[in-house]
Amino acid sequence: MFLVHKDRPALLVLEDGSVFAGYAFAGAGETLGEVVFNTGMTGYQEVITDPSYKGQIVTMTYPLVGNTGINDEDGESAGIHLEGFIVKEYQPHPSNWRMTGSLRSFLEEKGKIGLAGIDTRALTRRLRLSGAMRGMISTETRDIARLLEKVRAYPGLVGRDLVREVTCAGPYLWKKGAPAPGKIPARKPVRKLRVVVLDCGVKFNILRLLEANGCEVLVVPATTGSEQILSYQPDGVLLSNGPGDPAALPYIVDAVRGLIGRTPVFGICLGHQILGQAIGGRTEKLKFGHHGINQPVKNLATGRIEITSQNHGFIVVPESVADKAQKSFVNLNDATSEGMQMPAAMSVQYHPEAAPGPHDTEYLFAQFVEVMKNTRGGKK
Amino acid sequence: MLGASLPVIHKAEDREKFRHAMERIGLKMPQSGFARNMNDVRQIAETIGFPIIIRAAFTLGGTGSGVAYNWEELEDIAKAGLDASMISEVMVEQSVLGWKEYELEVMRDRADNVVIICAIENFDAMGVHTGESITVAPAQTLTDREYQKMRDAAVAIMREIGVETGGSNVQFAVHPQTGEMIVVEMNPRVSRSSALASKATGFPIAKIAAKLAVGYTLDEIPNDITRETMASFEPTIDYVVTKIPRWTFEKFPETEDFLTTSMKSVGETMAIGRTFKESLQKAIRSLEIGRFGFGQELPETEPARSELLKSKLLKPNSLRLFYIAEALKNKMTVDEVYEWTKVDPWFLHQIRDILEAEEALAEAGPSAELLGAAKAMGFSDRTLAALWRTTEQDIRDLRRRENIFPVYKLVDTCAAEFAAFTPYYYSTYEQESETRPSAGKKVAIIGGGPNRIGQGIEFDYCCVHASFALREEGIESIMINSNPETVSTDYDTSDKLFFEPVTLEDVLHILEAEKPDGVIVQFGGQTPLNLARGLEAAGMPIIGTSPDAIDRAENRDRFQEIVRKLRLDQPDNDTAMDAEEALAAAARIGYPVLVRPSYVLGGRSMEIVYDAETLRTFMAKALLVSPGHPILIDKFLEDAVEVDVDAISDGRTTVVAGIMEHIEEAGIHSGDSACILPPLTLAPAMLERIETQTRLLAAELGVVGLMNIQYAIKGPTLYVLEVNPRASRTVPFVSKAIGVPLAKLATKVMLGKTLAELGFMQTIRPGHVSVKEAVFPFSRFPGADIILGPEMKSTGEVMGIDRSFGLAFAKSQMATGFKMPTSGSVFISVHDYHKAGIVEVARTFAELDFRILATAGTARYLNERGLDATVVNKVSEGRPHVVDLIKNGDIAMVINTSVGRRSTRDAYLIRHGALAYNIIYTTTLAGARALGAAVRALTEEDWSVRPLQEYYKK
Repeated sequence: MFLVHKDRPALLVLEDGSVFAGYAFAGAGETLGEVVFNTGMTGYQEVITDPSYKGQIVTMTYPLVGNTGINDEDGESAGIHLEGFIVKEYQPHPSNWRMTGSLRSFLEEKGKIGLAGIDTRALTRRLRLSGAMRGMISTETRDIARLLEKVRAYPGLVGRDLVREVTCAGPYLWKKGAPAPGKIPARKPVRKLRVVVLDCGVKFNILRLLEANGCEVLVVPATTGSEQILSYQPDGVLLSNGPGDPAALPYIVDAVRGLIGRTPVFGICLGHQILGQAIGGRTEKLKFGHHGINQPVKNLATGRIEITSQNHGFIVVPESVADKAQKSFVNLNDATSEGMQMPAAMSVQYHPEAAPGPHDTEYLFAQFVEVMKNTRGGKK
Repeated sequence: MLGASLPVIHKAEDREKFRHAMERIGLKMPQSGFARNMNDVRQIAETIGFPIIIRAAFTLGGTGSGVAYNWEELEDIAKAGLDASMISEVMVEQSVLGWKEYELEVMRDRADNVVIICAIENFDAMGVHTGESITVAPAQTLTDREYQKMRDAAVAIMREIGVETGGSNVQFAVHPQTGEMIVVEMNPRVSRSSALASKATGFPIAKIAAKLAVGYTLDEIPNDITRETMASFEPTIDYVVTKIPRWTFEKFPETEDFLTTSMKSVGETMAIGRTFKESLQKAIRSLEIGRFGFGQELPETEPARSELLKSKLLKPNSLRLFYIAEALKNKMTVDEVYEWTKVDPWFLHQIRDILEAEEALAEAGPSAELLGAAKAMGFSDRTLAALWRTTEQDIRDLRRRENIFPVYKLVDTCAAEFAAFTPYYYSTYEQESETRPSAGKKVAIIGGGPNRIGQGIEFDYCCVHASFALREEGIESIMINSNPETVSTDYDTSDKLFFEPVTLEDVLHILEAEKPDGVIVQFGGQTPLNLARGLEAAGMPIIGTSPDAIDRAENRDRFQEIVRKLRLDQPDNDTAMDAEEALAAAARIGYPVLVRPSYVLGGRSMEIVYDAETLRTFMAKALLVSPGHPILIDKFLEDAVEVDVDAISDGRTTVVAGIMEHIEEAGIHSGDSACILPPLTLAPAMLERIETQTRLLAAELGVVGLMNIQYAIKGPTLYVLEVNPRASRTVPFVSKAIGVPLAKLATKVMLGKTLAELGFMQTIRPGHVSVKEAVFPFSRFPGADIILGPEMKSTGEVMGIDRSFGLAFAKSQMATGFKMPTSGSVFISVHDYHKAGIVEVARTFAELDFRILATAGTARYLNERGLDATVVNKVSEGRPHVVDLIKNGDIAMVINTSVGRRSTRDAYLIRHGALAYNIIYTTTLAGARALGAAVRALTEEDWSVRPLQEYYKK
């Protein structure tokens, strides 16, 4: 145990000029991104593998990270999509019966920088007070002025289409908990419900839960047009979560517009924001967003409080969709809208697939299946 | 009943019903069966196999539970379990020893919303009661998937058991290699763990539960801390909390220091740090057991890797944390230590990191860089001073030069996601401090640290009242304490709360950061008093009685000067450095003598000695307890009446607040003695003398605030035994007995008010009688003798109030959990010394139509004096004997006295039988008299409940 980390000192510089000095527990070099915090005390493996974090540097507010290593079952994608990972204290001696590797080696394998040894609470407070900021981690230089220059030159997330960077290359079926390569067969009419998942950066747990609910799961690239989607004869379409600014995705909004009313649609997170735009609404950026697994929402249909997993920096402006959709969920912390209900579509701003987070809203997948069943029944 | 109904409580606490409930929702429990007799126990054990856990149904804190590794142990434990259970039922259960243990604190409202407040991971694996375990929040070694599975189970259990509103605690065991999860138990109420969880997260579980019980839902109750958000969320924390229980095995030498599923700790401490290492090291020094980190010697472990060390790892005990460190220092590997302890390797690695850092620090020597890093890892200045062979002061000076000081972070329930308004702080060594010292007038109160025997919640009561008084005076209150079980560590008790170890280093940091106008040290018991000198030396403004006055009262020589000067009487006394000196002194003073080592606390090792031979034996032991310090020898005043006095002084005027007459004769620690206010047998002239002497002593010492004096009265003489110029254990009792908030008044006096201004100028002589009785933990300590002596053993107290002494005493006995009989048999067996005195007591019981049973000697004595007493065999005299009668329920009350510390095996068995069957007993003559009066009052007088407020209606 070394008391002082001298080997790989590293700096985090934010666009407002604040500087945090720590050391790299994984990787080396420089990385830029929007700095956000996540308040979950568990689930770092799910966080780093969540494609929605593309373009972002994530700091965990819970100070000890790495405790349970990395295992083969809890990845939310095949890679790591965030730009950098910040913790208070990295745990080099993980302990868990499912563990197959360490967080450090996983980050290094994927070429990511892990920064440790900084006052993450001070960083979080800064982000709360000033809002999410652009920032940079560097192990290369102590020249703060130069780093600050780079940070300020970095475009940030607004207006950027990051979905193209994380969506799948071509369509694939999800079978038995993993992508199944091969040709896409024609739909079998009587057996399973076929769900087409528009992959804007989909988390595997969405696919796992659809499969667990008895669906045939077909994942298609986010660039797929509506006619192409409908040619797969889906019983429903799920618009997935994903990274970046929802206003920078007109092509997906167009595709979704072409789906509404023709097949049941279920939007999650970015999918919700895309659906909102497709029905004529607009989105805006929150100060520092919701990133955690303890966010209470109220289901307005049942009055129940549900604890949800959330990860978003943008929202659908409620007034912009007020006459088109019913508000179905509301956030009990800040009263922001958390879901929409329409005759042919539903969406939630939070993550019913959790991973990480509580399973309180997992029932939405079963609800979606019900909608698809009824729709199929109605068609016959 | 609000919250949890009776059927719900039964469903959760009756193991069989609970098991069925778990099966219905698809959750697993350990294999087990229920037994109502020993035959059933054996049958079930046959099918399960060892090790086996026995749990008694319907007991608190795991009484009557234990782990059996073989048939012999099974017999003993199961019998004790059947006896302890209120419904004579035990569960015989597959042992999940060595599995990882977790607890979830859950809340539900009437709209069926369920949230998890806190996940707690036990450092000690299954097999050790959670109250006996070191515990850590949040859970450290679960992935999200595993945690969510546990969360789902807890929510399902809450709904299945049907707790309508409020908090519950669910315990799980997880197999360390397969992850198999089983439900251990559920408590459908707030518990010790919920108090801990409240302090650990800043979410006040009991307060919210009360609001839920009267019909609010979680989304209707605001979160005090964030103000903007509601209670309907799950707290997330950005620090690590470590709780360590506080044990007092030294008080019960007959009981082995061995932790099981039955709880023996008497208190606990909690520490908050930004890393586990920091949190653990802070918790260690918060314990106040003379350890400031790992780098200190342990008893009996010299040979490295010895069998002894292994057995200390294998058998959980109060020092196991330190034996683990010892083993790792002796190059035992983490894997090996895991094999012996089943403490998760994650925790063991953390300890090893600390030990390696210690080694590196010792090797490298002092430097600013290392010092900063070491402080961030939680090292105390004391430990660093030891590693660097220098003084605590030197380390402090070095830090001052290098500007290495802690910052203060907020406990805010939300990991800084929202602004927090509640000033609940902990220290750490990082970049940013969140505390903003105010400009107004402020006073800091130093709390008492973990509860232990001799220092309990009585002192917390005083600290809390001090805080209330400051609020009333418009002065900012700053509380410093480390005890999660207290009201002082509620975030809304004081204007600022620092949840910190109560050590000189940690307290000075806070005082230097906050710069209070005054510091109160006289309310938190011995803990803050021990810091008084150091705080004064550092220039801290201690208000009230000066530390020098405290020293004058505590230092034997200085105190004798005062006694001489004021011409007061003290029992004849002397000091001795060896056995010969002691024998000479005792011969001069005359036996019996009260002997004790100096520089020990709480009457430790204090004894009454009746002869030279016993004195010789005592000296041999005592010189070991406190080597190099003199042994104090006092004349023991036999049959003296002991009196406790609490008084308050503003520096000019002193008012005696309460004179309490002990019911037990002198020689029994005042904390263990029942006492009565107003006094029962003292003449007005004597009361006047007591008041006069109290005033003289207060004036001489310059007391500003509270003081407590112990007197003994023998014949016409009033002896001063002890003066404590601080809040005493009896302040809450006296305050309630006379209806005056003494600690509040004392605080105001310390702030400069006079008693005249406060309107408290005269001793109050209440028209009712208040009795304080001590509560003892003997049933938790197998083998412990229940005899009382000069060393304090009680862990709590109760109070009974009524118009007459008899009724007040009867109520106090019932409050301790005894049934007060009004008919049946009373068993009497007394030492020859007490035989004359017991006649009158026996006559009282005879008049009340009790049957008198007695051992042969006592029976003969009573019969000769015209009382009808039936002889009962001692255990050694053959069956049926007295313990058989106790077991059969044929004895309603036991009177059994001894003289001196030693008692015969027979006497021990009688008392133990009474204890095991919860039969009311007394071991003193005075106690026997009081019981007689109590039974008479219950038989002849009317009594009912009456709120305390009515006693004070003017």
